[in-house]
Amino acid sequence: MKLGLVIDLDTCVGCHACAVACKQWNTSGTTGPLTDYEPYGEEPSGVWFNRIRHYEVDEYPNNKTVNVPMSCMHCDDAACVTVCPTGASYKREEDGIVLVDQSKCMGCNLCAWACPYGARELDEDAGVMKKCTLCVDRIYDEKLPEEERQPACVMTCPTHARFFGDFDDPNSELSTLVRERSGYAMMPEVGYQPVNKYLPPRQRPKAPVVEKKAASDGASLIGKWMQRQKEAFNDLGKRAR
Amino acid sequence: MHPALSVIFFTVTAGAGYGVLFLLGITRMANLVPDISPDQLTAMGIAGLILVTAGLVSSTFHLANPKNAWRSFTRFKTSWLSREAVFAVLFYPLSLIWLACEWLTGNTGVTQFFALLTAILSLVVLVCTAMIYASLKTIKQWHTALTPVNFVLLGLLLGSLIMGLMLAQQGLSTSRLLGLALVVLIMAALSKIIYFYWIGQPAGPTINTALGFTRATVRLLDVGHSSDTFHTKEFGFQVDKVKLIWLRCITVLLAFVLPLLLVTGSFGDVGFTTMVLAVVCAYAGVFVERWLFFAEARHVVNLYHGFQRT
Repeated sequence: MKLGLVIDLDTCVGCHACAVACKQWNTSGTTGPLTDYEPYGEEPSGVWFNRIRHYEVDEYPNNKTVNVPMSCMHCDDAACVTVCPTGASYKREEDGIVLVDQSKCMGCNLCAWACPYGARELDEDAGVMKKCTLCVDRIYDEKLPEEERQPACVMTCPTHARFFGDFDDPNSELSTLVRERSGYAMMPEVGYQPVNKYLPPRQRPKAPVVEKKAASDGASLIGKWMQRQKEAFNDLGKRAR
Repeated sequence: MHPALSVIFFTVTAGAGYGVLFLLGITRMANLVPDISPDQLTAMGIAGLILVTAGLVSSTFHLANPKNAWRSFTRFKTSWLSREAVFAVLFYPLSLIWLACEWLTGNTGVTQFFALLTAILSLVVLVCTAMIYASLKTIKQWHTALTPVNFVLLGLLLGSLIMGLMLAQQGLSTSRLLGLALVVLIMAALSKIIYFYWIGQPAGPTINTALGFTRATVRLLDVGHSSDTFHTKEFGFQVDKVKLIWLRCITVLLAFVLPLLLVTGSFGDVGFTTMVLAVVCAYAGVFVERWLFFAEARHVVNLYHGFQRT
């Protein structure tokens, strides 16, 4: 099994609900708390497993706002696991989820240095590295109704821009979406073979450009009247010929 | 990258210590200093070990959870940090056995064997430290063979100058050692200057490949967080370009030019005072160099925060 996410950049509206749902679930989950520093202070900060950024792609009139949620890509060739000196970071054989064993981490930050996607954040209070668990404590919970055995971010997304499933199954919803909508990986050139895929925004007809006619070239009323007389005179001339 | 002082102090000081022990090992095997006594050699070896220890202790200050540091010996197969930890710890018994043999039995076959092991292991630790950085594909300025070359050469440069200082203090002949130091100095200077030019070449991921929009311009509209995060604090560090140029010049002047002039005797005899000056200059220069090594490193996660390229 190769569990992961597909995120549809066409329908994501950038509402940050996935990040909030993630924080809410995971702060009391297996790797919680997701510590906040000065939550009511002037510079509130803290640990998040999922962050959403907003970009403008291309130039007017073809420009488009694209909202990009990013969490751990659960890479096939996860360098964060390779560089970890303590064995705290590991990738599960059975489903490919990359996890941190909080009791082994020594907080050296090397895995965060090795991650190109900013998926790992140090909890400064606990002194250990934390990251997206793909809600490993939800997706296998048999006490939950089956349709709720999904990551919190996927459950909550109001525009249904997030999909969870198994990439190893060629007929899963994920594999079909990636196949049909040209799903792609981010920053593939680093070579970590990220599992999560993104669906690009659909091609839409570009916004019509209304060319304003040069109705007046700044001339005065008298000037316009004289222009009309001149055109009428020329027309007369043409007819005479 | 955020230049953490504990890590800078660690790589520079422990590097110098390993340089001293490498050169002492070479001295024992190749008779680099003709009339050095085993006692003097032992004392210098202990001085080198003190430098190494000071560095290693400092390196634990940047761990957020040092009580788990002992676990870093467990992933020798994959992690360069683990390899460094294993070799750095293995270094102590071997070098101490050598120094004990040196002190108790003088120059014998066994002494030479352990001197050789210590010398090899000092180079191995230096390379492992450098490979922690050089193995990271996310930081183009580190992911190069020049990183281990620079770490080893600068460690040997500081080591040779510090050993020269100790020889001068003991009134021993420094000429052969300083000859070697000059060769190291010129190689270190060349490789560092090549590095400065090399990191100026545009290469690596851009904001377009980071997001997958490779057929149009991309710019950040909103970064999504309202104040500093772990990533902006760790990777967002940036220095003014003019300041960088100045710091590079200071590095070259302090680490290479001044020690070169001092050691070649341009300012008179190469005595104890000259060697003190040379060591102070070179240490300060390499410290600035290591600060720059971190400050100039641009992590690819910055692309998601709006950088156009790394």
